[in-house]
Amino acid sequence: MFVISSLCFLQVIWDIIGNQQFCSFKVKTKSQSFCRNEYNLTGLCNRSSCPLANSQYATIREEKGQCFLYMKVIERAAFPSKMWEKVKLSKNYEKALEQIDENLIYWPRFIRHKCKQRFTKITQYLIRMRKLVLKRQRKLVPLSRKVEQREKRKEEKALIAAQLDNAIEKELLERLKQGTYGDIYNFPVHAFDKALEQQDEESESESEEEEEEEDEEEEEEDVGKREFVAEEEVEESDLSDFEDMNKLRTSSDEEEEDEEESSEEEEEEEEEMEVEMKASKSKGKSPANGSVVRKKRAYVEIEYEQETEPTSKSRTTS
Amino acid sequence: LRATRCPTSFIGAEQKEEAKAERVSSDCLPPTFSVSEIKNKQRRHLILLLESHIFSVFVFQQKMQLKKKKKKEREALGDKAPPKEVPKTIENQRVYDETTVDPEDEEVAFDEGTDEFSAYFNGLTNPKVLITTSDRPRGTVRFCEQLATVIPNAHVYYRRGLALKRIIPQCVARNFTYLMVINEDRKVPNGMVLCHLPDGPTAHFKMSSVRLRKEMKRRGKDPTEHSPEVILNNFTTRLGHSIGRLLAALFPQDPQFVGRQVATFHNQRDFIFFRFHRYIFKNEKKVGIQELGPRFTLKLRSLQKGTFDSKFGEYEWVLKRHEMDACRRKFQL
Repeated sequence: MFVISSLCFLQVIWDIIGNQQFCSFKVKTKSQSFCRNEYNLTGLCNRSSCPLANSQYATIREEKGQCFLYMKVIERAAFPSKMWEKVKLSKNYEKALEQIDENLIYWPRFIRHKCKQRFTKITQYLIRMRKLVLKRQRKLVPLSRKVEQREKRKEEKALIAAQLDNAIEKELLERLKQGTYGDIYNFPVHAFDKALEQQDEESESESEEEEEEEDEEEEEEDVGKREFVAEEEVEESDLSDFEDMNKLRTSSDEEEEDEEESSEEEEEEEEEMEVEMKASKSKGKSPANGSVVRKKRAYVEIEYEQETEPTSKSRTTS
Repeated sequence: LRATRCPTSFIGAEQKEEAKAERVSSDCLPPTFSVSEIKNKQRRHLILLLESHIFSVFVFQQKMQLKKKKKKEREALGDKAPPKEVPKTIENQRVYDETTVDPEDEEVAFDEGTDEFSAYFNGLTNPKVLITTSDRPRGTVRFCEQLATVIPNAHVYYRRGLALKRIIPQCVARNFTYLMVINEDRKVPNGMVLCHLPDGPTAHFKMSSVRLRKEMKRRGKDPTEHSPEVILNNFTTRLGHSIGRLLAALFPQDPQFVGRQVATFHNQRDFIFFRFHRYIFKNEKKVGIQELGPRFTLKLRSLQKGTFDSKFGEYEWVLKRHEMDACRRKFQL
């Protein structure tokens, strides 16, 4: 009798595909070969793990989150369409393990063990997938390069059209004019304009003499003396509260104040005044308070001598 | 290489004659020769360049002559001259938006009296801002810190992968009024989500051209702790108005003028430019400004009614590129 051992042909198959000739599911790397067959239990290309070279074989596969146990027995080797028996495993982990055990009872230890391992791994990755879905997912939004370039160009042009510095400066000056800053900045509008006017007049009429209002304090006046009447009034009434008077302080104002204070000899006064005037005029600064007069006034260089000691020039302003 | 004839396709008759007159002096090749017959590409190209240069110089001269003539005419007419023509700009040609806010509009005033910012503008709440980034920030933390110096009462928190929807109730519990999330892409900030907290509107901006403090030229010293003033320019439409209020409510209501710092949000053609300056008044007519602080530009992408909820939120306005960018003279803000 010619008995063909059932396992002989399997051995032949393995000889062909495993070692010597070609297997289409085999992936060879430097250290190891893998099996890409979907029914493979371990994923490696071994004699015991090859589903083609083993007549009795079992695997776990999952479909859409459901795990199934696939079994192949030699009795059905002749019917390829019915070869794999599919058993749905329960969702409970322990129950599924029991199911595997009862289905694969009396099967080789290797297959049973590997099936359980594979099932464990599959359930673990399914759990992880479900957890990830609940967490925040990063959505990648593709940028169109053309659109981005267009937007960039538009932005550049808009920036040029905006003229930001000018706009900001204008807005700040507007706010200053409207008085949102209150009294912090002492650019009092009217006095300043008047000062401007006065300066124009002065520069035009340098040779003219202007008389002071406070004649009662002085009997003699110098010819070259210049006094600005309007400024006095404004200064005394409006600006007494401000700290730095430097913007509106002119030589004449100082003179007047000193004149008011010092009620001594008029000659002395005169000389003082002259001194003051000339000193301040020549330097363009008011030496007493040491602050800068912003506007450069037309000045006249006059030689002077100090005969008397100038009195203390304390200022009346606060 | 001499210029022979101009390519005749793009110049008018009289100009052709002029051009010919120019070339009379140069010795030409036979008159039936044209530039396109030169087989050598480089030489051909050179000649064409030369000709186009000559042509453009010629055109420029014509233009200048025209200008001079016009100026003479204008002077000759004196007062009777027609008024100077205003050049057309995009801002001039802007399509009139019907939602432009009238300063005296009562409805708008009423709305603004009762919207989410009314509490702020009536002085009841003080702004408190929480600045954070997207997950795993690489380059934006520095930017956030600089922002925190610019905005008073701002705190930067590291985002440890927390969900925004969980952060928001905690912020509300701790009395924050604003949540600002800077989104980043490859170490560069590129988006900003600004959420007004006690269920206020959420605005999503696209952020571009971000400059940190060290990249600024001629910048001043670091900003101090004084609250800056705020300037909002050009927010004309209804939408622009609400965005303007949203941005203004970031800063405390009473600025400290001692600090002389000003934060500007300038809207131009739907781009909002942010700048931070220190100013000094030199005299009444002149002010000097010096830029401190970071700068960036924002473009509004969407405005949503409640707090941050991208899926189920109710959107007041969304940028739809195909509709809104189709017309070049129409702007939304």
